[in-house]
Amino acid sequence: MLLEKLSNARGVSGNEAEVREILIDTVKSRVDAYRVDSIGNLITFKKARGARRAALKVMLAAHMDEVGLLIVHHDSNGHLRFRKVGGIDDRVLLSKVVLIGKDKIPGVIGVKPIHLLKEKERDEIIDFESMTIDIGAKNKEEAQSAVNIGDYATFATEFATLDSGLAKGKALDDRAGCTVLAEILKRDYPFDLYGVFTVQEEVGLRGARVAAFAVEPDVAFALEGTVCDDSPKKKDVSPTTRLGEGPAITIADRSFIADKRLVDLLIETARENRIPYQIKQPMVGGTDAGRIHITKEGIPSVAVAVPTRYIHTPVSLFDLKDFENTVALMTKALPRLRAFSI
Amino acid sequence: MATAKKATHFPNFDRGGEPAERMHPLKELTKRLTETYGPPGNEQLIREVIREEIKSIADEIRVDALGNLIARKKGSGGAVPRKKVMLAAHMDEIGVIVTHVDEKGFLRFATLGGVRPITLFGHRCRFANGVSGIFGREKKDAKPTDVEMDKLFIDVGAREAKDVPVGVGDAAGFWRDFADLGDRMIAKAMDDRIGCVALIEVMRQLKKSPHDLYFVYTVQEEVGLRGATTSAYGVQPDLALAVDVTDTGDTPESTPMAVALGKGPAIKVKDSGMLAHPAVKELLVNVAQEAKIPYQLEVLVGGTTDAMAMQTTREGVPAGVVSIPTRYVHTPSEMVDMNDVQNAVKLLVNVLSNPIKLD
Repeated sequence: MLLEKLSNARGVSGNEAEVREILIDTVKSRVDAYRVDSIGNLITFKKARGARRAALKVMLAAHMDEVGLLIVHHDSNGHLRFRKVGGIDDRVLLSKVVLIGKDKIPGVIGVKPIHLLKEKERDEIIDFESMTIDIGAKNKEEAQSAVNIGDYATFATEFATLDSGLAKGKALDDRAGCTVLAEILKRDYPFDLYGVFTVQEEVGLRGARVAAFAVEPDVAFALEGTVCDDSPKKKDVSPTTRLGEGPAITIADRSFIADKRLVDLLIETARENRIPYQIKQPMVGGTDAGRIHITKEGIPSVAVAVPTRYIHTPVSLFDLKDFENTVALMTKALPRLRAFSI
Repeated sequence: MATAKKATHFPNFDRGGEPAERMHPLKELTKRLTETYGPPGNEQLIREVIREEIKSIADEIRVDALGNLIARKKGSGGAVPRKKVMLAAHMDEIGVIVTHVDEKGFLRFATLGGVRPITLFGHRCRFANGVSGIFGREKKDAKPTDVEMDKLFIDVGAREAKDVPVGVGDAAGFWRDFADLGDRMIAKAMDDRIGCVALIEVMRQLKKSPHDLYFVYTVQEEVGLRGATTSAYGVQPDLALAVDVTDTGDTPESTPMAVALGKGPAIKVKDSGMLAHPAVKELLVNVAQEAKIPYQLEVLVGGTTDAMAMQTTREGVPAGVVSIPTRYVHTPSEMVDMNDVQNAVKLLVNVLSNPIKLD
């Protein structure tokens, strides 16, 4: 299962090779051409097919990178200091198992047992700069021989599907989007399609920036695994998205305001095909579309996402039905772009 | 330069059957533009109003992928060195966007651009479909002075959720009508409809220019200069000028700033996003001095304009800003002095009528 392979693969921003290799193997038979650009984006190309073709260049983007850690220092006792890559809440780090570097050296982000906590420490939030990763090294030298400064660490979470129809794993933001894109590439479309698996989204939409400049599409879609906070709330306020209620369509987030025609196209497609959908709560988060839409003279863009609980943590959850409905919505909506005039 | 009408205290007041004085055309235009709806990403209505004003005086008009309105006035040629000049004023105004409709029909919202909670409570907003609402606040557990964004809501007068005539993702702008105070005017969205007014007026007054001119009415400035980013890339100018509002330091106990209402357009030296190109600043200063147009120099501590995006497009473009001094920026009632607007127009017309040399 591609989703499982991609979720388990390790690819912190700037180090996406493992994910990219899996994707190349998966999609190379589905596309006419592919290349890896200078920053590491995987840019695939499918020629327009069918009788009524449109002179339209469409770009679909999903990012390969995930949030993680970067080793920056060996302590004298053999513990490792680290920095965060991408947005991670310090509170989710403590007591987690991580895998470091190519050799997947296991380590634990250690924490003081409750027996030793002073009364006032129980209320404190520990920041990541006070944490260390313990790989069991006896001293600095032993740690240095196992792990290098600049090695990346990822959470050691194994993907699994649950009986409820949910799936759990790490990095579903945005391996969910990568899997949706790989599925979309199985079919033919009446326009030139560029399926782009981007790098370094989590550190500033950097891969999408150069990919969009090179591809120069007429229309762009960002495919995502997005925030879902649907636990019960005291007040009658909106969750960002709800699990199991279909793909989330972005109208506006912190990075861009979606093209209204594309939003309408998605909503109409969903309604006509009875595919459930939801509007993502406006102004939360950002995606590759934030860079793509202001590339060159501007590119009408929209984002479609699989609602995912607990993103940017060691383990997130999503509903496989939402994943399937996202693929269904996109594959039904894309052919309708034929009539899209800019 | 047209002279401003003598200030009267209540020029629109019904004075017992006398025929109402016709408003100055520039004020009429300001009223029309400021009272039009147009939060970021929702510029379709204001774009059509501006298009209507300029369609007979532009050589070409196009709307780009993001919605920028790009009007070209071809140069008459001849002058050396001839320049391709981009002038930008943004059409969008700050606003809010609905994030949730609760069971009772109250709306929660997020902001589009720099909206501060203190400017909202008790004020009105209006949606694209004309629906008006008022910003209310949760009072329980709050001091009378507390105004926090996540404790504010919009009330559109609905009895329950199903009666609400707008939905999640719909945007609203402030709703206030234009007020004519004589020399001074108050309106919502002076930022930056007054810049649009100035550009329209420059297009009208400019008889002849050796330069190829692109008047760009941009979108989404308030959420990150996004329209200027794409339109500057498309126009690829040799010189870029933004016309936008700037703060003043002339109100009681204000943050010190050497810009005042009525003392002329402000020529930007620096703001928090850019340093004006020294040669562009010099050009504006020299033309103002030669034409005896009052001007002020502007150093703005917080905020920036489309010029920041234009300056860094492609290989870089010499850029500057002509600012209209404005009190109460980013509130529902922003005040400008019409003399400053007219002097800004005069300055730009003088700059564009003559050969431009940037050293």
